[in-house]
Amino acid sequence: MNAAAQIAQVKAPLTKVSMRNLDFFYGESHSLKDVTMPLYANKVTSFIGPSGCGKSTLLRVLNRMYDLYPGQRAQGEVLLDGENILDPAVDINALRSRIGMVFQKPTPFPMSIYENIAFGIRLYEKLPRADMDARVEGALRGAALWDEVKDKLHTSGLGLSGGQQQRLCIARSVAVQPEIILFDEPCSALDPISTAKVEELIDELASRYTIAIVTHNMQQAVRVSDYTAFMYLGELVEFGETDDVFNKPQAKRTLDYITGRFG
Amino acid sequence: MSLYASRRGANSVATTLCWVAAVFGLSWLALILGSLVYEGVRGLSPAVFTEMTPPPGSQGGLLNAIAGSLVMTIIGVAIGTPLGMLAGTYMAEYGRYSKLTMVVRFINDILLSAPSIVIGLFVYTILVHPMGHFSAISGAVALALLVVPVVVRTTEDMLLLVPGSMREAASALGAPRAHVVGKVAYRAAKAGLITGVLLAVARVSGETAPLLFTALNNQFWSSDLTAPMASLPVVIFQFALSPYKDWQQLAWTGALLITVAVLALSIAARALSAGRRNSK
Repeated sequence: MNAAAQIAQVKAPLTKVSMRNLDFFYGESHSLKDVTMPLYANKVTSFIGPSGCGKSTLLRVLNRMYDLYPGQRAQGEVLLDGENILDPAVDINALRSRIGMVFQKPTPFPMSIYENIAFGIRLYEKLPRADMDARVEGALRGAALWDEVKDKLHTSGLGLSGGQQQRLCIARSVAVQPEIILFDEPCSALDPISTAKVEELIDELASRYTIAIVTHNMQQAVRVSDYTAFMYLGELVEFGETDDVFNKPQAKRTLDYITGRFG
Repeated sequence: MSLYASRRGANSVATTLCWVAAVFGLSWLALILGSLVYEGVRGLSPAVFTEMTPPPGSQGGLLNAIAGSLVMTIIGVAIGTPLGMLAGTYMAEYGRYSKLTMVVRFINDILLSAPSIVIGLFVYTILVHPMGHFSAISGAVALALLVVPVVVRTTEDMLLLVPGSMREAASALGAPRAHVVGKVAYRAAKAGLITGVLLAVARVSGETAPLLFTALNNQFWSSDLTAPMASLPVVIFQFALSPYKDWQQLAWTGALLITVAVLALSIAARALSAGRRNSK
């Protein structure tokens, strides 16, 4: 990519998701307030803010995970490629196949490593054995896990270390070929070495996917993300390029938070 | 220091009391098991497993009673398990927050603690009386009614133990609810679900009262489900109350067989749930 194109891309990234006047309620409690912001295509956007500020809630709106629970509802618009995903007529399972999610704690299914990956693929495709093998291998390679597990594909996924389990979960999300991957504090249960591996992975994935990551670790936000959103008490306080948010924040609350004065 | 000493004193008194209570309780259990083994083993012979229940004063075994117990327990569990699993699955997976679940759970708890003789009378009224005679199938239905609440409870409990994050992870891949339940939640709870069924088998295999009103007894071999059928608990009940020495001996032996079978089931259930814990 030449310098001019690079600059053009920085200046005008494509919008993959556009949230408009998004509100969210857990029963009576109003936990997202009038959030309007984009997620840019093939960029990593990090969400930072103190506990309870609504950053995980926001992620759970994007794949309508909140639909699993009664009493939770979202208002406003979330446009994915122009289509409002909050529309009740949206096919939620199809939506979720386009938007993968990796959780705080690794959540391998109680089945073999191979089956963990194949589970998601089988939901959408009926593949001959050889093709499935190739897809599983591709997903595990994509998550930088292949070399560690290639000799024990048919042993339980629960036998892996925490960091390996998390990469297995990433591989599982990648295997269904989503367009967006949501990471909800993916490294908070991992040791520093595993964290580094997952961050490296996020970096690589960004070339192919649109990524949103919730993190409590501000250094992590700086390391992995192109854009940063700072949230506080359900409001979006500041959104911008990560360098700008951390080096010359516009809002005083952002400055206070990133300098550790609260949070 | 004296406060510490008095705490130590109180601790040893309490510990001793706990030990005494435990030994007191367990010694009765040991006595019961001991006399059962002592009396029961004397009557063990191949004839017990190959011959029918005899008339008083002649040689015989328990074959028809063992077979009858197996047949009715298997049918009862085969009817009760799917019903219980489906209800428990609804309660844990689909209707977790619904009023219906609360109502069903309340009714199930009552059913769980209902005296089994009431179940026997109920089946007598709805099946035996209209049919005009006792039958193995009504015995099996009575046992099924005892299986249902046990399986409902364990299915619900075991599925509730499956972390919500596992369901979310499966849903996040776009898996429909049926897949999330069938391929992920059931798998995660598998050992617990099997344990529940084993416990239900253990529970019903020793039941006498519901069979007295339904399958009654049969001194001969019968494979006719619409006819009365013998079962170990009812034969034990009849033979133990009789004045005949050889009948009483068969009752002891039958009691030993049931106890060993139930014990084996319980141990299997324990081993399964221990295995489940270790694998986590």
